Amino acid sequence: MTTTSTDVSQLPPKQKGRWWRRWGEETFSAYLFLLPSLVIFITFTFFPAIYSMVVSLFRWNMPSKPFFVGFENYIYLFTDAIEAPLFWKSFLNTFYFALGVPINLVISLLIALLLNRRLAGVGIFRTTFFLPTITSMAAVSVVWLWLFHPADYGLFNSWLIAMGIPIQRWLRDPVLAMPCLIGMGVWHGMGYNIIIFLAGLQAVPTTYYEAAKIDGASPFALFRHITWPLLGPTLFYVLTVGMINSLKAFTEIDVMTQGGPLGSTTTLAYLLYQNAFQFFQMGKASAIAVLLFIMLLLLTWIQFRFVDRKVHYE
Amino acid sequence: MNNTTIRSIHRSRHSWARTRKTLLDILWYVVVTFLALCVMVPFIWMIVTSLKGQNEIFTYPPTWIPQDWQWKNYVDVWQEAPFGRYFLNSTFVALMVTVGQLTSCILAGFAFARMEFKGKNFMFLLFLSTTMISSQVTLVPSYLIMRSLNWIDHYQALIVPFLANAFGVFMIRQSFRSVPREMEEAAKLDGCGRLRFLVQIMLPLCKPILASQALFAFMGNWNSYLWPLIVTNQDDMRTLQIGLRYFVSGEGGTKWGLYMAAAVLVSLPVIIIYFLVQKTFVESMASTGLKDI
Repeated sequence: MTTTSTDVSQLPPKQKGRWWRRWGEETFSAYLFLLPSLVIFITFTFFPAIYSMVVSLFRWNMPSKPFFVGFENYIYLFTDAIEAPLFWKSFLNTFYFALGVPINLVISLLIALLLNRRLAGVGIFRTTFFLPTITSMAAVSVVWLWLFHPADYGLFNSWLIAMGIPIQRWLRDPVLAMPCLIGMGVWHGMGYNIIIFLAGLQAVPTTYYEAAKIDGASPFALFRHITWPLLGPTLFYVLTVGMINSLKAFTEIDVMTQGGPLGSTTTLAYLLYQNAFQFFQMGKASAIAVLLFIMLLLLTWIQFRFVDRKVHYE
Repeated sequence: MNNTTIRSIHRSRHSWARTRKTLLDILWYVVVTFLALCVMVPFIWMIVTSLKGQNEIFTYPPTWIPQDWQWKNYVDVWQEAPFGRYFLNSTFVALMVTVGQLTSCILAGFAFARMEFKGKNFMFLLFLSTTMISSQVTLVPSYLIMRSLNWIDHYQALIVPFLANAFGVFMIRQSFRSVPREMEEAAKLDGCGRLRFLVQIMLPLCKPILASQALFAFMGNWNSYLWPLIVTNQDDMRTLQIGLRYFVSGEGGTKWGLYMAAAVLVSLPVIIIYFLVQKTFVESMASTGLKDI
């Protein structure tokens, strides 16, 4: 990268000569700077994204060769007597699992409101609430697997016994497994939301509150008419990012339930994994990936629209 | 305290307000401490269990303080699985990804922040669009690419796909733009080349953002699970997170004491880093959340 005395980019654009001269040294250098990122993006993001769509049109059971079947994989997923119920169940499970996002949002907002005070030791509490978020999901899942142990010596079961409630099978119970996963997800994800909310809360000018207090507004009125509307964009951001992450959730499901019992915790992301890496049906897995992609794209698009709104807001 | 409290209520409304505030503060501490304890229960339980013997683990009611402290668990865990190897793998991969990703992000960030070139807007949109394509979508094809490159069970598979990060590029670009342009012109006049300017002037000025990006790259990679699970089959290529997954032993059921000791070891490095650079950590977390596109 020689970038010394003569600045070629300053030359008039009609300049004739070799292409790098016409382009200008700066353009050439800039693309050199972008090259490492570009190579990685093209190889591991753009090409796979397109390849995914292509593979979804093939029937490909891994050791054997792929052959073109058009939209058969999609049709199977939607209508086949055996495939479709599994697919739709996973589809619903995905949204069931995503219920954790609004729950998380409400709890984190309440805690953030609590922590948004200048009292001694508040930093220690913020640290505490943030700790689960930075701990690896695999480690945390293992710990919760132990907390949810179905025997009487499992911690949660021992609490149930102390309260006189019969012990539960938790993760091995088709009805309870999903709520258990959601509960753990809320615990794990809370810290991130709290940090974002605290940043949002601290961005609200204190003069607004002071003015309202002089007018005799109640604490609830302060929240309803100042905090809530000003926090709106933050809430929306947390909601969409949470939904996106929830749709992609994998680790906790793999460590804690492997999609069971009876498929009660199989989400689309997990169904995709099972099809690709346990049944080696690459075509079907890719079809699920494309559907997941569309759902994620929709969410991202909503989120980008919100960015616009935020700009107008300020 | 009660006596003085009651007296002060009688004395004046002003001190009543003060007492009320003190009481509210105490209530606040009680509530927040309770919530914090609830949040800490899994961590406490993990550590307590990791120090118990197998017999004590399987007794009801569970005990919060081990009767017989089994520090031995932390030694035994290294024999139970090749944890040393897992540690090495995770550390090596995470460090390589951090260094590589930061380098590519700095270069691209500089181009977007400080250079004018044909197709800049298009390139920017192209980078932006990668944030919309999630890893789940590219999972199968990426795996197929790894297979055809014969990279399965090699470090390349764990490192190379993560050597670019659009979010990192945007964050670094943002911080580069805050460096005054006059500085660059002055450097140019003194005969300082672009690359030298970037390395010797820009980077030192933007240390905080670089630190937080490095932190994120390291942490994200250290904690990653799905991709290493797919591209590694051999035991000696597994990372810590995956090693943990396979830590379910045969006879006499799962050895929960060892299992929890392993979980402690896996989560400890990131927690230590977090305590060391807490401020950078939290601030960058909040800023990636809000300022970024």
